[in-house]
Amino acid sequence: MHIVVCVKQVPDTKIIKINPKTNTLDRRSAPAILNPYDAHAVQAAVKVKEEYGGLISVLSMGPPQAVEIIKKSVEIGADGGYLITDRAFAGADTLATSYALFKALDRISKDKPIDLIICGKHAIDGDTGQVGPGIARRLDIPPITNVIEISDIDLKIRKVRVKRKIINGYERIETGLPCLLTVEKEINPIEYSPLPNMIRAARYQPVIWAVSDLDEVDRTQLGLKGSPTIVGKMFTPPKPEGGHVLEGTPSEQAGQIVEVLLKNKELFSVN
Amino acid sequence: MPEKFDVIVVGAGPAGTSCAYTCAKNGLKVLQIERGEYPGSKNVMGGVLYRKQMEEIIPEFWKEAPLERPVVEQRFWMMDKESAVSFGYKGLEWAKEPYNNFTVLRAKFDQWFAGKGVEAGVLLINETVATECIVEDGKVVGIKTDRPDGEVYADVTVLADGVNSLLGKQLGFHKEFRPDEVALTVMEVINLSKDKINDRFNLEDNQGCTIEIFGDSTKGNLGTAFIYTNKESINIGVGTTLSSMISSRMKPYDLLDYLKNHPMVRNLIGGGEPAEYLAHLIPEGGYHSVPKVAGNGVLVVGDAAQLVNAIHREGSNMAMASGRMAAETIMEAHQAGDFSHEFLNAYRDKLYDSFIIKDLKKYKNATHVFEHNPQYFKEYVPMLNRAASKFFTVDGSSKKTKQKQIIKTMTSEKGTIKLIKDVYKAWKAVK
Repeated sequence: MHIVVCVKQVPDTKIIKINPKTNTLDRRSAPAILNPYDAHAVQAAVKVKEEYGGLISVLSMGPPQAVEIIKKSVEIGADGGYLITDRAFAGADTLATSYALFKALDRISKDKPIDLIICGKHAIDGDTGQVGPGIARRLDIPPITNVIEISDIDLKIRKVRVKRKIINGYERIETGLPCLLTVEKEINPIEYSPLPNMIRAARYQPVIWAVSDLDEVDRTQLGLKGSPTIVGKMFTPPKPEGGHVLEGTPSEQAGQIVEVLLKNKELFSVN
Repeated sequence: MPEKFDVIVVGAGPAGTSCAYTCAKNGLKVLQIERGEYPGSKNVMGGVLYRKQMEEIIPEFWKEAPLERPVVEQRFWMMDKESAVSFGYKGLEWAKEPYNNFTVLRAKFDQWFAGKGVEAGVLLINETVATECIVEDGKVVGIKTDRPDGEVYADVTVLADGVNSLLGKQLGFHKEFRPDEVALTVMEVINLSKDKINDRFNLEDNQGCTIEIFGDSTKGNLGTAFIYTNKESINIGVGTTLSSMISSRMKPYDLLDYLKNHPMVRNLIGGGEPAEYLAHLIPEGGYHSVPKVAGNGVLVVGDAAQLVNAIHREGSNMAMASGRMAAETIMEAHQAGDFSHEFLNAYRDKLYDSFIIKDLKKYKNATHVFEHNPQYFKEYVPMLNRAASKFFTVDGSSKKTKQKQIIKTMTSEKGTIKLIKDVYKAWKAVK
């Protein structure tokens, strides 16, 4: 079983500052980290491997320093990884990114066919969640988003059963392999990596590919050229105003809340 | 089967990295373990890096290392409540190669330095705590870490795990510190524009200034405060022995606030934006506190070996030199295939034969004398300020009369014999 996890290097948005003049992220102000959802995706792959065996490869597109997140993935338990890095990829939106990753996956699958692709549900810098489904569409395989459990994999009949989060509940889905899953953090906690993994990661050198290493690439679909997205305006959302702060003891406050809710029934109507 | 290395270095501060780098550069298989998220993330010092000992490890490091400013001026203040007697030296020869020392931000510098180690072949593992040494037949053969399958082996384990060396304690090399053997230093990095720093400290872009402050900076307790200029920030901090802090019931952050609001200090940092707050223990026990530094399969370097000269605020340079000496001994041991205590003791000899232990020996009683004679910081510093004020105030009386009056106040306040005794005692402690 060959699992590929797509990972992205992102600025740590917990610490990042926003340039008040340009309204863009000041990327120097925050360290670059493995997108937290992708870390859970790698951990999910490790769990699958523990149960069903196989090989875990990670794939990333980014600047040369993104090798760090591939090493980080090896710490978590990936067997190896690929970084596609090239000036031609620069400025890519989700459409161009999913095309580039699709081409890289195509190349990887020529060496060893891919059974399962796992992505984080979205990257914390862009929050779009489009790249995973974009890859699945191009590969013509089923995408299942917001997965919170990989319940069962049957390699004989090539089926996977998962649980996915939806508003007000969850659904259980069965689909055929290969497929693409995007995962929520709830899928698993990140485990403390064993020391041998840490040592292997410190030594590990990922495979690095440029555009020329990929097959039959349509360069017009790459990078800025292949990105139809236009950012019209960026702004910091204004701080919410108004509101009402309740006072009194906790039980008095609870009483006040009930009163407010009873007066404004639309506040808790279910759509 | 756990892996075996030639050397395991515990800690990625200046001592550990100097040792790891030197060993790897000479072809040894080195594993370096760091508990922080990255090297430097948990390391604290006032911020002065000396050129000489760093250069002995990486020649011309100033061409690529992330340094702040070369120090061209060193000032010393004997500070009272609303005054200070100061002296210092400024020399522009320090603004050029080969320089004397630099201000640095440790989070950046240590990361760079450890990166040089990795380039040389060191395997660096972050976010991992070495919990104990593995001892077999009286010999240290490796370490256990807090990770699953966390055992790893080596011919030599180097303890560069800092002031509170847990592994050194585990091996019985040193005991828990007494509160008078360690200082607690707290500091802030305050962001301030380059132009403001240059104006306030009379500097140009590539020039730095250090100020060491005694007296009221610690409310008369044994310790010092410091103000160092970075490129676009200022390090300001204060430290006293833990014992003074306990006996005077001071809180370290209160002391730092007191310093920041002191009329002699506040305008230097005014309008700045606090960016970081750091605190750390500093080993200041000196010569008498240096523990056993070599054993079967194990060496101790840097703060873990208590190598700090508190009087001259030197520590990182001693750390680096000790790391390099340890590496040299390990290479000799590797060649001889002998990692016994007897062989590794060559490191101890190197240490004791170098400026490190010689300097610590010179001041071996200084901390003790000042600790037990609080009059130096509590009484003499204010007295010196009063004398200077009197001498420099133009009030119509002759200079000769003023001198007489000053000597008279001093001797009547303290008594001539006591005064002479104190001067002698202080001189003896630092001679």
